[in-house]
Amino acid sequence: MTVPASESGIHKRVVLAEADIDRALTRIAHEILEANKGSRDLVLLGIPRRGFPLARRLAQKIAAVDESVDPDLITGQLDVTMYRDDLRRNPTRSPLATQLPPSGIDDKVVVLVDDVLYSGRTIRAALDALADLGRPRIVRLAVLVDRGHRELPIRADHVGKNLPTSSRERVRVHLAEIDLIGGSAVNEVVIEDRL
Amino acid sequence: MKHLLSTQDLSARNALRLLDVAEEMAAVGEREIKKLPALRGRTVVNLFFEDSTRTRISFEAAAKRLSADVINFAAKGSSVSKGESLKDTAQTLEAMSADAVVIRHPASGAPARLAASGWIDAAVVNAGDGTHEHPTQALLDAFTLRRHWAQLGGSPSAGSTLAGMKVLIVGDVLHSRVARSNVWLLTTLGAEVLLAGPPTLLPVGVASWPCTVYYNLDDALAQRPDAVMMLRLQAERMNAAFFPSTREYSRRWGFDDGRLALLDTMGLDDTVIMHPGPMNRGLEISSAAADSPRSTVLAQVRNGVSVRMATLYLLLSGDQHDEPDDDLQDLQPATTPEGRTP
Amino acid sequence: MTTNTSESTHYPEYLIRGASILGGAKQDLLVRGGIIAAVGPAAAEDASEGAVTLEADGLVALPGMVDLHTHLREPGREDAETVETGSRAAALGGFTAVHAMANSSPVADTAGVVEQVYRLGLASGWVEVRPVGAVTVGLGGERLAELGAMAESRASVRVFSDDGICVSDPVLMRRALEYVKAFDGVIAQHAQEPRLTEGAQMNEGEVSAVLGLTGWPAVAEESIIARDVLLAQHVGSRLHVCHVSTAGSVEIIRWAKARGIDVTAEVTPHHLLLTDELVRSYDPVYKVNPPLRTSDDVHALRAALADGTIDVVGTDHAPHPSEHKECEWAQAAMGMTGLETALSVVQHTMVETGLLDWEGFARVTSTTPARIGRLEHQGRPLAAGEPANLILVDPAARWTVDPSTMATKGRNSPFRGLELPGSVRATFYGGHPTVLDGRLATPRPAAPIAEGAQAWNT
Repeated sequence: MTVPASESGIHKRVVLAEADIDRALTRIAHEILEANKGSRDLVLLGIPRRGFPLARRLAQKIAAVDESVDPDLITGQLDVTMYRDDLRRNPTRSPLATQLPPSGIDDKVVVLVDDVLYSGRTIRAALDALADLGRPRIVRLAVLVDRGHRELPIRADHVGKNLPTSSRERVRVHLAEIDLIGGSAVNEVVIEDRL
Repeated sequence: MKHLLSTQDLSARNALRLLDVAEEMAAVGEREIKKLPALRGRTVVNLFFEDSTRTRISFEAAAKRLSADVINFAAKGSSVSKGESLKDTAQTLEAMSADAVVIRHPASGAPARLAASGWIDAAVVNAGDGTHEHPTQALLDAFTLRRHWAQLGGSPSAGSTLAGMKVLIVGDVLHSRVARSNVWLLTTLGAEVLLAGPPTLLPVGVASWPCTVYYNLDDALAQRPDAVMMLRLQAERMNAAFFPSTREYSRRWGFDDGRLALLDTMGLDDTVIMHPGPMNRGLEISSAAADSPRSTVLAQVRNGVSVRMATLYLLLSGDQHDEPDDDLQDLQPATTPEGRTP
Repeated sequence: MTTNTSESTHYPEYLIRGASILGGAKQDLLVRGGIIAAVGPAAAEDASEGAVTLEADGLVALPGMVDLHTHLREPGREDAETVETGSRAAALGGFTAVHAMANSSPVADTAGVVEQVYRLGLASGWVEVRPVGAVTVGLGGERLAELGAMAESRASVRVFSDDGICVSDPVLMRRALEYVKAFDGVIAQHAQEPRLTEGAQMNEGEVSAVLGLTGWPAVAEESIIARDVLLAQHVGSRLHVCHVSTAGSVEIIRWAKARGIDVTAEVTPHHLLLTDELVRSYDPVYKVNPPLRTSDDVHALRAALADGTIDVVGTDHAPHPSEHKECEWAQAAMGMTGLETALSVVQHTMVETGLLDWEGFARVTSTTPARIGRLEHQGRPLAAGEPANLILVDPAARWTVDPSTMATKGRNSPFRGLELPGSVRATFYGGHPTVLDGRLATPRPAAPIAEGAQAWNT
């Protein structure tokens, strides 16, 4: 699955293709239902930008198992920009919308969904943001990729794939809902390394 | 963006970004916990050389909702030259490690002076300078107009412009910082701006502005504006031979009950009436107009906090470089914790 | 330029070799005993053994510049400038005479004050300091000051002005114009209609409309000039218009001169170069009265100076302590320094644009201002037997304006950071070099060193 060096001088390696991603999400959807003993009180909150389409896909897979679930009514988006601990280190970031499902999050089982788990700082910010919005009964974490290198005591409950990486490498997730590469929508997870 | 000094030098991109961020801030204002930690540990100084409780508390609420520490510095007295100079004041604030200075000043250009002087390193926000500009007032007006315009068009306001909208600004344009800031900002956002007022209260040089000028309010209303913004008539103009009497002013340029009825007659059901406040009821605007469903006066006040939160957030949160396009940002290392390379 | 020292210290003699006189042919000049002793081949022949030789190859010799409009601030505002510091700046800028405006504190409205300023000038010895007398008591615009007493004082005042304030009362202006005829004086009017300029901050136009600064309309200057030229015609008097700043004023003066009215007009270097666009920075270094105008005005002023409608360049050198400029625009003082940049700005705007040659430069900076101020020993031709008030200028030099290095106390130069042409290499005041090698040399001794100089010092 190794692709030759691209014209930009970056070495790219596809680690999850479209089918791999789909399989991983199916498994996570089942795990979520199993851990929750059903779909009761379940809310999936995606962290922008790629956590949100992943949360939608998971909701659809859950609805496919449990016909009582309306995927639109259990999915939401949780923006964590204003809670980040690195706001002053980076260029100014515009916050994105936070949209909660109509049921709210009080006493719900909230599953935070993100594409890549790395230092854990985004999840730390998400937990703070969540606390300002309500009081869930349980908060769980689902990620497509866990690449290691944690800087905070945070771990995921559901992981699509554990990817051992060096911290020099970059893990990039492309999802058809957001990413167009060469004019076509792509679903893949790529590891990039500067040569 | 390092400072917010005027809307004339605000690009369409930055203006839209401010308004879009303000939309998110407005959503926070509707939550039970109306506080964000974004500016924790930062200090915002409200430096007011002119009394304006409304503007000051709006900025204060905005800073506090973002968890910034707020210091209110009211420099009393009408003349700044008495006592401490602007330079000394600025250096005092610098010594107190102010991260942002929100300045209201009777002299046009005082915020620009503060920003360019090197006396202080903080971000400078113009909260109204003399007869020059009042950019956050124009931003909250634009925010209010954009929500109205987007609602009429059935689209979300975030990301949208004022293209196709016709806004009439009426009154003492010569002495109005609100009018100046609105002319530049609303045209930048794509609106068509009309001005109406007595010729004595329109500046020499107005012909070079990107708007049409009317001396007769009813001629201007005949252009079917989507919004009518009435400017406050300052008491000190009333005795300076700009017009014969307040009665005559009110008859010719006031938004009275007759003109309110005219909007209905003309079928302008969606035209809103704006006023930056405080209003002289019965002078530039009748009570019926101010209290009518067309009036956006209270929405303007509410939106003021969101727009000022967006301003403080965008000036203080980053490392002073503009955010690159999203895709570019993804390609850059060290932009997010999850993608960070050491 | 090299200097050979001479053993003769009491009667130094200077042989200037190969200077281009008024931009013309290269000639030698011999300066001795306060006068130009010889010009041309005779200079070297007449020079004594111990004469100091100045190699002036590539330099232009010009008559020392005469400023009709300088604010020396003494007495009263010695923190802003003194006669000593201001006249040092003048010498470095190529001047051999300056007129010290009357708005000091106390106002120069009595023989006592003008004599004080005059004596300070003599004591400094860098340039000839001629006090301007106030037209009205305390610049109050109500009663005529004792114009005759000032004219007859040791300062022998000939130029009278309330500069900074317009003599706006038409009757008072008429009386002043008439009265000074008795001693060949001239009224130098600061043309500014006061009611039209209440609270005025900058030129009224497109820029003021955007900046929200109270406008100073051109008509406030033009209406006063129109009135004054008609008054001058009616009473047959001599009128001088200070710092003309608008294209409309030029038209009125042109019309007046065509009618034979005895009017002269002045323009400042800054009005020949800068426009109100600079005010967009709100930097008070650009705040001046009359204000910077538009590009159209600048070009009209240049054309008028070239065709003689405007007669002279006057600096309106107005130093201010830094705290009067380090503040908000509206609180800031009006005025700019100008003595040390005048030559360069006029070279840049008038000579290098081809509007004036060096002869024309000498006319507008020396000959005509000396004639208007009735300074008999200034602005003279560079010829044998004439008083040695002259400068050597390197027109090829380029320099960047740095106000912190100037001799004036004022740091408020609007030309800060600009690269300008032309530099004054030497200034001879009454035969004595006050500037050599582009640097201050020594002041001319207070006690006259030669009879030729003594004659015109009194």
